[in-house]
Amino acid sequence: MKIKQAYPYWNPYIVGVGIGLLIILSFVVTGRGLGAIGAFNGVMASLVHAIAPEYALSKAAFSGYLSGVDHPLRDWVVIEIAGVCVGGLISGVVSGRFKFEVIKGPGISKVTRLLFAFSGGLLMAFAAKFTRGCTSGLALSGGSVLSPGAWLFMISVFIGGYSVAFLMRKLWN
Amino acid sequence: MQIPEVTLLLFALLTGIAFGIFLEKAGFGNARKLVQQFYFTDMRMFKVLFSAIVTAMVGIYWLSYLGWLDITQIYINGTYIWPQVIGGIVFGFGFVMCGLCPGTSCVAVFTGKLDALAVFAGIFTGLILFAEVEPHLAGFISYSSIGDISLYEVFNMEYGMLTFLIILVALAAFWFAGRVEERYSRKTS
Repeated sequence: MKIKQAYPYWNPYIVGVGIGLLIILSFVVTGRGLGAIGAFNGVMASLVHAIAPEYALSKAAFSGYLSGVDHPLRDWVVIEIAGVCVGGLISGVVSGRFKFEVIKGPGISKVTRLLFAFSGGLLMAFAAKFTRGCTSGLALSGGSVLSPGAWLFMISVFIGGYSVAFLMRKLWN
Repeated sequence: MQIPEVTLLLFALLTGIAFGIFLEKAGFGNARKLVQQFYFTDMRMFKVLFSAIVTAMVGIYWLSYLGWLDITQIYINGTYIWPQVIGGIVFGFGFVMCGLCPGTSCVAVFTGKLDALAVFAGIFTGLILFAEVEPHLAGFISYSSIGDISLYEVFNMEYGMLTFLIILVALAAFWFAGRVEERYSRKTS
């Protein structure tokens, strides 16, 4: 039986130039770049609003997304991230990389991996509220238009990452 | 020029699809692949991030130089020095712990990676937690704001000159990243 091999990854510089052109196009058409965490904010605000409307409106972190005339999901960054999900799915399937699995280093259990994944996600979401953006919306898009904060953020992410990488090595290698 | 909202949202969807394909093809749907950046064995996160920024930066510079894009009309992320530095460091901790960023976690979830579902859960929990404590942190969040100014204004430089210098730094960094990678991958293989 022939084992289906996944297609190789693309050259990172080709991907980089491609994403760069996408950012230019986005700025020309809409006046803004790409984003990611903003979509989570929008989805979360509408989710909380659906479950507990009064609670959602009482919290500044959510009410900001609910005050507009449009539904919070009818938003540029939410639709863009929906596209990212679709694009990732298409590319994953076509490239033979779609597979239900837990990605982790060989030396740790699945439960450990999932606990760290959860905690890492929590820290990023929390931090992105202070920075006003994540790697897409702030580092990539803000970096391209020479926002000082975007460059400070980028450098800080690398400092933070490298400073804990040794401690976390068992998770991955 | 006023673009109808539906057209804009369709554009958002198509842009997102292209972005998602690029991220997946770069290998960023896989946390273990992405996080190798921090172990020097595969610097593709840095390469993609920096080549994308340089490409977009140069493109936007030329479009504005030629008068086809009004730089004063586009969105420039506001700078809040300390929140962005401290937040960035904490974001970096989170990045290495989960191996993904918010954007790439979407690609990971939609290519079947179950660990990325835990990242999603973490992000949503983080947002709830933040909503609860926000009133106590309001002071720090808006601390040390210097407004929506640009890096060339901070350095008191010409826009084109700073763009040129960043290209030089990027080229040196790409060369250096290649050397580091060569050295560390030899060590591990």
